[in-house]
Amino acid sequence: MTATVSRPSSARPVLGKLRDRVVKVAELVTTPLLPADYLDLVDPLRSGAALRGRIEEVRPETRDAATIVIRPGRDWLPHTPGQYVRIGIDVDGVRQWRAYSITSVLGRADGCFTITVKAIPGGKVSNHLVRRARSGTIVQLDQATGDFVLPAQRPEKCLFVTAGSGVTPVMGILRNHVAEHDDVVVVHSAPTAEDVIFGAELRELARTGQIRLVERHTETAGLLDAAALAELVPDLAERSTWACGPVGMLEALEEHWAAAGIAEQLYTERFRPRVLVTGEGGTVSFARSSRSLEVDGATPILDAAEEAGLLMPSGCRMGICYGCVLPLREGAVRDLRTGEVTTAAPGDGVLIQTCISAAAGACDIDH
Amino acid sequence: MTVLQKKSDNPIAHLTEADIESIGLELDALRQGVMDSRGDADAAYIRRVIDVQRKLELGSRAVLLFSKFPPAWVLGTMGLSVAKILENMEIGHNILHGQWDWMRDPKIHSTTWEWDMASPSEQWKHSHNILHHTYTNVIGKDNDLGYGIMRVDEDQKWVPLYLLQPVWNFVNACFFEYGIAAYDLELGKNLATAERRKDPEFKARGKAVLRKIRKQMTKDYVVHPLLSGPSFLPTLAANFTANVVRNLWSHSVIMCGHFPEGVETFEKKSIDGESRGEWYLRQMLGSANISGSKAMHIMTGNLSHQVEHHLFPDLPSNRYAEIAPKVKDLFDRYGLRYHSASLPRQVGSAWHKVLRLSLPNGWLAQTTPANVPAQVVKLYKMTTGGPKVRRQLQNAA
Repeated sequence: MTATVSRPSSARPVLGKLRDRVVKVAELVTTPLLPADYLDLVDPLRSGAALRGRIEEVRPETRDAATIVIRPGRDWLPHTPGQYVRIGIDVDGVRQWRAYSITSVLGRADGCFTITVKAIPGGKVSNHLVRRARSGTIVQLDQATGDFVLPAQRPEKCLFVTAGSGVTPVMGILRNHVAEHDDVVVVHSAPTAEDVIFGAELRELARTGQIRLVERHTETAGLLDAAALAELVPDLAERSTWACGPVGMLEALEEHWAAAGIAEQLYTERFRPRVLVTGEGGTVSFARSSRSLEVDGATPILDAAEEAGLLMPSGCRMGICYGCVLPLREGAVRDLRTGEVTTAAPGDGVLIQTCISAAAGACDIDH
Repeated sequence: MTVLQKKSDNPIAHLTEADIESIGLELDALRQGVMDSRGDADAAYIRRVIDVQRKLELGSRAVLLFSKFPPAWVLGTMGLSVAKILENMEIGHNILHGQWDWMRDPKIHSTTWEWDMASPSEQWKHSHNILHHTYTNVIGKDNDLGYGIMRVDEDQKWVPLYLLQPVWNFVNACFFEYGIAAYDLELGKNLATAERRKDPEFKARGKAVLRKIRKQMTKDYVVHPLLSGPSFLPTLAANFTANVVRNLWSHSVIMCGHFPEGVETFEKKSIDGESRGEWYLRQMLGSANISGSKAMHIMTGNLSHQVEHHLFPDLPSNRYAEIAPKVKDLFDRYGLRYHSASLPRQVGSAWHKVLRLSLPNGWLAQTTPANVPAQVVKLYKMTTGGPKVRRQLQNAA
């Protein structure tokens, strides 16, 4: 690693200069590696290191969900309840990045935060985290991010609509803020009562009158739709609503809220982009990496490139954060969410989000 | 006609086109089997090697802070030599091949790695991964073959300058990393004309090499000696020794890979329109293995499995040992010779070839204790005479 990282300048110039000099000498000592490469052997969570965390505990919640307690590195910044964190973990030797909502209370005495993960069938990372992750494992982290949070101006009446693991960001909010609100309704849907993540805690909140809880067990009562919701919560038009769950449910809610003319009162959180249209695919070449790949029209360019061993910039993997953007020098890509085709002529360098773009013909990407 | 086919004992004469194709298919399947089973254990392996190497290097350099005490000097120099060998061979060479890119760890990736070596990894990757591994043992294309300064095949015309070839080879071995930097830059070709010398791309690459060498030298010959205070000179000597040991070692290993007697070389024309099976076959015939212990394999960066490495340059090095018996079995079934011998034997064989080719064709073989004086006179005449004399004496032989 020879890349030299720019350092924040110190408020005290003399000390700052001295520090810079020490760092320079350290770099001369360790070249071609960086001092950090050696320090990481001893303390991977130290201040100044790439942001990482250590799994301290894996606590089962339901038969297919677990809470992971993570001690973050010293540069970790406090999150806002409702936000998610991106975690990079090695599964079968391959680093995989996923986003998970933070479920813990702020300012835990032990300095840790928690995420709660539900193992989804065939899910590489979720199954690993729930069933095989061990304490002591080092994971890569990004700072917490996301706008599925309460506004500074707190609403008088709140409604939270969640399904499955969609309860996790809401639990993050409730644990930190439930006491600040008098009128909170939580409608949660899960296959059975045993499958309700945080079931006991939610029922306790309801028993003590802090929330009104409506549990919907889909194995007996069927899927929750917008009409049923309107019956369960007759005053939902007066409420600010946060919804998190499967894409189908969120879209039904969005339609209902839009039809009622209260779309601005609904906040939704998705974990996955919805693929709308797929296309023909093509050859994607990465000039600077001297690689070219045949990619089908349904696979995001990011996934295909990573599968082929390329190091790609990445972020939320659902078209939100723009962490994966690269210039398309020539060619055509299709936005998997909308079907919209973006083309670039030589010299254009159109910036595309590789996580939601599939090849729509031959593509030349500047990477 | 290939250099191979000119031989009286063409090693592939018995293979049909269908044989060559099925060799290709079998090897593809073998490769896929390993690709599909890469996992946690492999990732843990390379991380452990890196961890051990870094601790060994740090420890050795710490011991060398007191290198004016002879035991500290010996211990530190040995440790640092081993650390530098591990760093170049099992770690650097293999990471730069992309053997570990599948882990998607940006810290252990062919595009981000830089190694303890005069040649910047970017330039080495081009000349090694693209030129050497694609054109393995093709005379005039593969610079690894004699690095452009040696006579590597009987077909190359002998001139008296080649008598010095064993000396060149030894000097090159001692300062191997600079030799590699020079041929990654294609110095011989690029310094030849004013136009090439002024080429901005060449100049930029030259600057990058000089920058890298300056950093490397500052580390080993200025900063660490200075940190050693009163042990300045012993530490400098220790670092120099470790670099030479590493250079001699890596040169020996690499010479063993393609240079022992019996390893084939190929003509440029012979690779036109080469099929996948034929490419595999060239790798098989153009490489030689070193047999030995597990520790020896690790110290050679598993280039002791040169045959397997050349067939599958991007498979993780820790997996070559497990596929070696299967590759050998395939050689046996198709009646091909699987070159494998101990390190001293292969080094000896390679040096024998260097010596043999430094002399006119057939000279060494024809020399017996009885005819030494006559042979020396002949060699003297060929060395001092013109091309005509050489041709006459060579044809008379």
